[in-house]
Amino acid sequence: MSLTADDVKKIAHLARLGIEEQDVVSYAKDLSGMLDLMARMSDLDTGGVEPMAHPMDQAQRLRADAVTEQDNREKFQAIAPQVEAGLYLVPKVIE
Amino acid sequence: MHNKTIAELAKGLRSGEFSSVELTTAFLGRIKQHSSLNAYITVTEDLALQEAEAADARLAKGKAELLTGIPIAQKDIFCTEGVKTTCGSKILDNFIAPYNATVVDKFNSAGAVMLGKLNMDEFAMGSSNETSYYGAVKNPWDINTVPGGSSGGSAAAVAARLAVCATGTDTGGSIRQPAALCGITGLKPTYGRVSRYGMIAYASSLDQGGPMTRSAEDAAIMLQTMAGFDEKDSTSVDLPVPDYMAGLSNSLEGLKIGLPKEFFGEGLNSDVAAALEAAINEYRKLGAQVTEISMPTLKLAIPAYYVIAPAECSANLSRFDGVRFGYRCENPVDLTDLYTRSRGEGFGKEVKRRILMGTYALSAGYYDAYYIKAQKIRRLISEDFKKALSEVDVIMGPVTPSTAFGIGEKIGNPIEMYLSDIYTIAINLAGVPAMSVPAGFAKGMPVGLQIIGNYFAEGRLLNIAYQYQQVTDWHQQAPKGFE
Repeated sequence: MSLTADDVKKIAHLARLGIEEQDVVSYAKDLSGMLDLMARMSDLDTGGVEPMAHPMDQAQRLRADAVTEQDNREKFQAIAPQVEAGLYLVPKVIE
Repeated sequence: MHNKTIAELAKGLRSGEFSSVELTTAFLGRIKQHSSLNAYITVTEDLALQEAEAADARLAKGKAELLTGIPIAQKDIFCTEGVKTTCGSKILDNFIAPYNATVVDKFNSAGAVMLGKLNMDEFAMGSSNETSYYGAVKNPWDINTVPGGSSGGSAAAVAARLAVCATGTDTGGSIRQPAALCGITGLKPTYGRVSRYGMIAYASSLDQGGPMTRSAEDAAIMLQTMAGFDEKDSTSVDLPVPDYMAGLSNSLEGLKIGLPKEFFGEGLNSDVAAALEAAINEYRKLGAQVTEISMPTLKLAIPAYYVIAPAECSANLSRFDGVRFGYRCENPVDLTDLYTRSRGEGFGKEVKRRILMGTYALSAGYYDAYYIKAQKIRRLISEDFKKALSEVDVIMGPVTPSTAFGIGEKIGNPIEMYLSDIYTIAINLAGVPAMSVPAGFAKGMPVGLQIIGNYFAEGRLLNIAYQYQQVTDWHQQAPKGFE
């Protein structure tokens, strides 16, 4: 299976991932190569096999609904690109 | 000093032969002397000397543990509070971690001294350390070749004696493959054995941290500190940690070794195959019985992995968006531009390739054909391992198809690079533990023997590696110029 330059642009948009215009063709080629590799999966009949998401088929552990974290806002915001009055700043979303 | 094992160094520190400050200073000197290997991203000289002083005080009080005062280094994927933690990426070039990974906390409580943070493939995606934003690491055995990846800085640093030992992480071979290419000992524990808290995620159902050392004994000491249940990691396994040192000398008489025929076929370099054969003969002499086995689903591990790992990566890496931490592009015009450009400018090409692949595999209309299909194959692979490990005690085979390849040789062809992970990837899909042990040389370059065990059989693997290291000296050899 092969992907076109347009497919790559669509996927990049879904991932909100900027890619250089001059690289689009090479991504299309690499991803198509990966898809060819993956096509080998169809060699194996997996009818009736339960998908495995976790090596130990473990269920997620639950914890008591209790406060365990301290307030680390200042510490965490100290490494943020832009903050004001305890809020993370981004470009204006609503006009 | 730099050639001694952890146990020998611990003894020297206690007898007063040298102090931790002296030991740490010696290693810091070596790191500077060999900075051209590019093994470290950050050297934490001041912090290391402070920690060494504290370790000396603790030793003087008689309250030391085996690792107290021992200079180690952390792969730059582990968060270290107050210290730059980059994961090999431009997007985290300005990231000072606000907390410690559990693994880092554990080494701190043991009194180990951190020399610095080690170079790695960007977000642990790579098999050569060439995808790092901080440049390629050189293999100390031949500086024109790669050290392997993604824990390439860890392997190069340990092989070149720029740290006594180091941490690594392994998602598809990232501890074992560089350990093999640099001639050191590396262990990927059972999934869930070592906490992933504070270890920057690549593919959460596959990632596992582990020790990278010069010997199996050192690996046992390191794993003893690293392993154990952690409430902060929801997939951490709540099982007691055995005494890994206690079982090292157990006899290998009657050990059943299985050799999957799929591991020894076409594609395996003949010099590597010869070294492995000699290693397996050593095991025969130690009393092991060797049988051929078959694991037919192994050949589907690469395609299944390159669906599952990118899918998980595309979800995990969505947190790097330029809003709360890390790199932000200049003058974003709107929110979409902020996300798109911060990520586009912050991530390197291999990371982008995997995000795109994962996004595609998870997108509407393709999810069943790729992601669910890969998870079904994952189950069949894991069943193959369970079946094999019910018939034999351990599985042995190569770690890599060849010895270290040249810098620049494969980076232009990602698919070829992926195929070099053929012997390591299935182990992560199954979640079982596996080691790479130095097993000789092919044309002067190190060869690794892979030993794969059952779930939570790390102690047995260490025992099997340790016994081999009692009758061979491959693991004691140092690259020329680094003795």
